Amino acid sequence: MRRLWGLVPGWVVSVLVVPIASVVLGFGVAAIAIVATGTDPGQAYLALFQGAFTNNNAFAETLVSSVPYIFLGLGVALGFRAGLFNIGAEGQFYIGALAGVFVAYSIHGLPPVIEIGLSLLAAMVAGFVYAGIAGFLKAQTGAHEVITTIMLNYVAFLIANYLVTTPGLMKDPLSRIPRTPYIDVNATLPIILPNSRLHAGLLLALVAIPLVWFLIERTTLGFRLRAVGFNAGASRAAGISVARTTVLAMGISGALAATAGIVQMLGIQHDMTPAVASGYGFDAIAVALLARSNPWGILPAALLFGALHNGASFMQLQTQVSADLISIVQASVIVFVAAPEIIRWLLRIRGHQVVAVAITERGGAATRV
Amino acid sequence: MSDLALLAISIRPSDIAVFGSQTLVTATPLTLAALGGVMSERSGVVNIALEGIMLTGAFVGYAVAFLTHNLWLGIIAAILAGMLIAAIHAVLAISFIVDQIVSGTVINILAVGITGVFYRTFLESQSVAGPGTLPVWQVPFLSQLPVVGPILFQNAFVTYAMLALILVVYLVIFRTTWGLRTRACGEHPQAAETAGINVYLVRYVNVILSGALAGLGGAYFSLQQIGNFLPGMTGGRGFIGLAAMIFGRWNPFGAFGASLLFTASDQLASRAIAFGVHVQPQFLGMLPYLLTIVVVAGAVGRSVAPAADGKPYRKT
Repeated sequence: MRRLWGLVPGWVVSVLVVPIASVVLGFGVAAIAIVATGTDPGQAYLALFQGAFTNNNAFAETLVSSVPYIFLGLGVALGFRAGLFNIGAEGQFYIGALAGVFVAYSIHGLPPVIEIGLSLLAAMVAGFVYAGIAGFLKAQTGAHEVITTIMLNYVAFLIANYLVTTPGLMKDPLSRIPRTPYIDVNATLPIILPNSRLHAGLLLALVAIPLVWFLIERTTLGFRLRAVGFNAGASRAAGISVARTTVLAMGISGALAATAGIVQMLGIQHDMTPAVASGYGFDAIAVALLARSNPWGILPAALLFGALHNGASFMQLQTQVSADLISIVQASVIVFVAAPEIIRWLLRIRGHQVVAVAITERGGAATRV
Repeated sequence: MSDLALLAISIRPSDIAVFGSQTLVTATPLTLAALGGVMSERSGVVNIALEGIMLTGAFVGYAVAFLTHNLWLGIIAAILAGMLIAAIHAVLAISFIVDQIVSGTVINILAVGITGVFYRTFLESQSVAGPGTLPVWQVPFLSQLPVVGPILFQNAFVTYAMLALILVVYLVIFRTTWGLRTRACGEHPQAAETAGINVYLVRYVNVILSGALAGLGGAYFSLQQIGNFLPGMTGGRGFIGLAAMIFGRWNPFGAFGASLLFTASDQLASRAIAFGVHVQPQFLGMLPYLLTIVVVAGAVGRSVAPAADGKPYRKT
């Protein structure tokens, strides 16, 4: 076994073996919980698989569920690269959705490209500004973004709630229940697979992946961002404005999360109802960690979480195992990805330096949790 | 103006007592989480897992109280569950050197999953009466004092325990050898190791003790406040407790004061509606969260974390 691992290149271990083993082990840990509830894990996982892939339209729905995870995962991953832990993706998702939906129901009669473009733009600006608050506070005062973004999540729910339920603001005057007016027909994202809900947001997400990769790996801003994430002190000494880079990185991270929100509204929901905690923020962190903050890795990670998310409701229906089981899978997967030593030990991998995921400050800039 | 004037006229001593009592009682879980944070972070381990630990404590405490019909066994179970979950954080953050924020996040996600799955399977559909809530203990004579009596001396167990633990944690951290070692590990683990202190042991014990405190804080929600468990019932209070710890400068009394500030603002907000001050409830609801942001941003004065807080220690 040990000799066999010697033939495998190090990057394969890092990029493929560890993540795949993590997912398998994650399901294993969750299986213990299923057994503890008195259900057969095989049955539960079979239902999960059917619900995610083989049921009627299930695969299209899995893709539909994956779309927000791609944007959210990209956002959180970009933050990670800059040494920022954005737990606020969920709040930014709703703030973006609010701004974008407002534009999308206010404008009429323009070509779809323009209406969708304006709505996306509004969402991204709103998400940039909202997440930028946390970035600004971190840069100016050292307030740790973990606390501020979590608090901004709760504030975002309440803002959404206020706007959507108050007559004269965003509430549809013709509706009895609290919700916004429906978006203009030209602002809806077209369906790309007949007889399904699969919309053009998937294509946007597939375009976003190389764009974010290019931004991180091939631009000056991306270089600064990685430099600050790697060593804030050295970056400052090299003349990079750590404060400016932090605000920008947090803002772009928020803009991506906001895009997830508006794409979901333009593609699936077409109006906004009062926000409820969806767990998107933690899901996004799991996606980004599993992808090891690599934009290309976001795609398989988001597909996996889309499938889990989509299959979970069918599993709950079939076997009475709560859809919350997915959280156990996620938590376990993150543990194994973040502590590759465990996998190395389990698989007897020797000789390869398996790099752990490290997010928080390595450079020593002022930070407080 | 007129609203405020009316408010000022209509306040009676009994209102102050109710206000003070509610402020203190709702500060119970925040303070316990903050005390947990003090224990853990003074030894150098950031603990954002407090939220998930509290949720687990709330669930296990309720489940055990439900099954045994004994609230006190529930309290003990909540504390033990908190210690167990905190031990996972300790293993990951201290032994496997997982990023402490990542490890804390894992615990928070895991807590949502475990409590959700077992709540659905075992408790959701139960129609049997729950175990009830912890009794209110009136301290003889003192509870009859005007204003102070109802606030301080007519409480249930977790609140009394919280008040006592503020002093206990303070004494442990600042007046014992263990506290000195803890602070040494939080400020300069290499130096502590050189002086013969087992950094790993100190950090393990402190993180697990922080779990005991947060687990007890979780029991407040399910066994003292409502006598039931609801998924996600801790609602971010663990994070606010962490903010209170920062505002309180990693000091137990400071953390308690900061917790009171949060809950007082909360009480003020909910009473404003009762007194007919016209503010949107959503804005009032934002108050504790916005206050947390302002506090953490240090608008009220900078506080300095233990020097090695959040930094993993690797023996060389």
